[in-house]
Amino acid sequence: MSAPLDLPRWADTVLVPALSVVAAFLVAGLVVLGIGENPLSATRYLLQGSLGTGEGLGFTLFYMTDFIFVGLAVAVAYHAGLFNIGGEGQATLAGLGVALVVNNLTFLPGFLLIPLGILGAAAFGAAWAAVPGYLQAKRGSHIVITTIMFNWLASVLIVYLLVNVLREPQSMNPETRAFPDQARIPFVHEVLGAIGIEIPASQLNLTLVLALAASYFVWLLIYRSRLGYAIRVVGSNPSAAVYAGISPARITIIAMLLSGALAGGLAVNELMGYQHRLLLEFTSGYGFVGIAVALMGRAHPVGIILASLLFGILYQGGAELAFEQPAITRDMVVVIGGIIILFAGALDGLFRRAVAHLFARQKLARA
Amino acid sequence: MDLGILVTIFDSALRLSIPLLAACLAGLWSERSGVVDIGLEGKMLVAAFAGAAGAYAFGSAWAGLLAGILASIAIGLVHGFASISQRGNQIVSGVAINMLAAGLTAIVGNAWYGQGGRTPPLEGDQRFGAVLFGHSALVYVVLLAVPVTWFVLGRTRFGLRLRAVGENPAAVDTAGISVTGLRYTAVIIAGVLCGLAGVYLSVGQAAGFLPNMTAGRGFIALAALIFAKWRAWPALGACFLFGLLDASANQLQGLSLPGIGEVPVQAIQALPYLMTVILLAGVIGKAIPPRAAGVPYVKER
Repeated sequence: MSAPLDLPRWADTVLVPALSVVAAFLVAGLVVLGIGENPLSATRYLLQGSLGTGEGLGFTLFYMTDFIFVGLAVAVAYHAGLFNIGGEGQATLAGLGVALVVNNLTFLPGFLLIPLGILGAAAFGAAWAAVPGYLQAKRGSHIVITTIMFNWLASVLIVYLLVNVLREPQSMNPETRAFPDQARIPFVHEVLGAIGIEIPASQLNLTLVLALAASYFVWLLIYRSRLGYAIRVVGSNPSAAVYAGISPARITIIAMLLSGALAGGLAVNELMGYQHRLLLEFTSGYGFVGIAVALMGRAHPVGIILASLLFGILYQGGAELAFEQPAITRDMVVVIGGIIILFAGALDGLFRRAVAHLFARQKLARA
Repeated sequence: MDLGILVTIFDSALRLSIPLLAACLAGLWSERSGVVDIGLEGKMLVAAFAGAAGAYAFGSAWAGLLAGILASIAIGLVHGFASISQRGNQIVSGVAINMLAAGLTAIVGNAWYGQGGRTPPLEGDQRFGAVLFGHSALVYVVLLAVPVTWFVLGRTRFGLRLRAVGENPAAVDTAGISVTGLRYTAVIIAGVLCGLAGVYLSVGQAAGFLPNMTAGRGFIALAALIFAKWRAWPALGACFLFGLLDASANQLQGLSLPGIGEVPVQAIQALPYLMTVILLAGVIGKAIPPRAAGVPYVKER
């Protein structure tokens, strides 16, 4: 960097990410124009479908729950200087953990079974992340490559288990038997209905509360705890960490354990909250969306919640949009995710430099 | 097992290893110059789509090849701009490119042809026909790329400079050679090779494009690259090995081996990933990437 980029804090945390999101939507608008559709009416359908109805809003918040977990997972590793792109595989294994726990302990009551299922998800997700973490910390294998390989290993493993081992004998579909009723996390419309508040039915379930609690926990951990401080030191300067008596290897493994456990939240929301069984490809590529969410949210829990809401709107609105304008399929959301990762992640310097330049000129003009 | 089966397996192993090999060599060029490329998958996918669309539009497989290569180079230049000019995070850029490619090919394919993202089936001159031993010209072009890569990288002045830029860019810069220029050249060469890989899939092997048809081959190529320790001839070996695994998985499906019983296909499918992890862990040998791979070069300092 030729000149240090001195930016006011608000510009760094709000303006630069906002600019990259705006740029991403402009490019997405060009893609919509390019395939001969109207971007303005597309935006209207998108917002109408995701926020315009009670049902749509419920679905939006359901997707948001998924994205908060995977976004936090990427963020915690990111603070330790690790790039965990294995969220997809970790969530897949977490799904296995959920299924093994709740389908084998069916005799337990719900108030025990649900927490145990959540712990199962966290433990399996953490274990699947711990191996790449250990290999990075102790053997120096690059975490990016090992987490990629572990994503593929997870997808191969889950196909094998669902087709050959866990499938119900009489079922043709590669999925487990339905979870016991008491292991299902209640839907929000059921809970509110029970206390007399009627809202439209949707997939939204109480896992959202868990996601918000996890965000608060991550904030406490990263910014208010000893461990979080150690994580951030290792992330910004591993050799300084050694001088401060912090073991980067230990922190690397801990950060990956936490990251994998958080990715497991995706399985809790999708399986215990909605599908009520383990099935193939329930992660639907959300693990990668988590990267976009974390980059956009600047790896801060508040930013991640906001970015997750945006992606929730895109996923739910995108489904409605595909219904109204069939040429714009839901793949559009993947495109927007990709562009946001490109702008907010890889081309970040572009906007930072532009903004820094502007501020410098303003300062000169005032002087 | 008789000879016929062995020949069949060898033949299909070769077919399956060609796209891996082209993508693997693409990664080799890029990473040897210091630009980490996990967007091989995305470039292949875009090339597969553009190749099929081009071949369909112009009625010629070669026009498709050109379209595929150009599209792949274009995506490669986006990666180059982010990682060389903007000094952005190369991994992040690669992830973005993979997502963009998966989404864009599906959307544009659906908008153009209305067949759920597929291109119309290619036939006749729109496909690469067999020229020798039942294989198309693309197969031989890709195989030829191995000695060419070995020779150019290992035996020419340009190759020496390119390798140096991946190990110690500051030294190259001091010698008055453009780091940026060399890296962009490498990224473009990688684009051409990924283009070959993608077009081979949609115009050579299959008769048209299917959404997400690369199905993780870009990542297997990445695994092969590590396995080959970033060298050209071992890359041929690694890709052929992974192709052979794939081919034998198809052959062994439902067969029972004496003494082992039925081998699940998934066990064979998992092998390339598993072997790469084990290799990276340094249990058998050590895979050391080019020293400056993934590090943006900053001139002043």
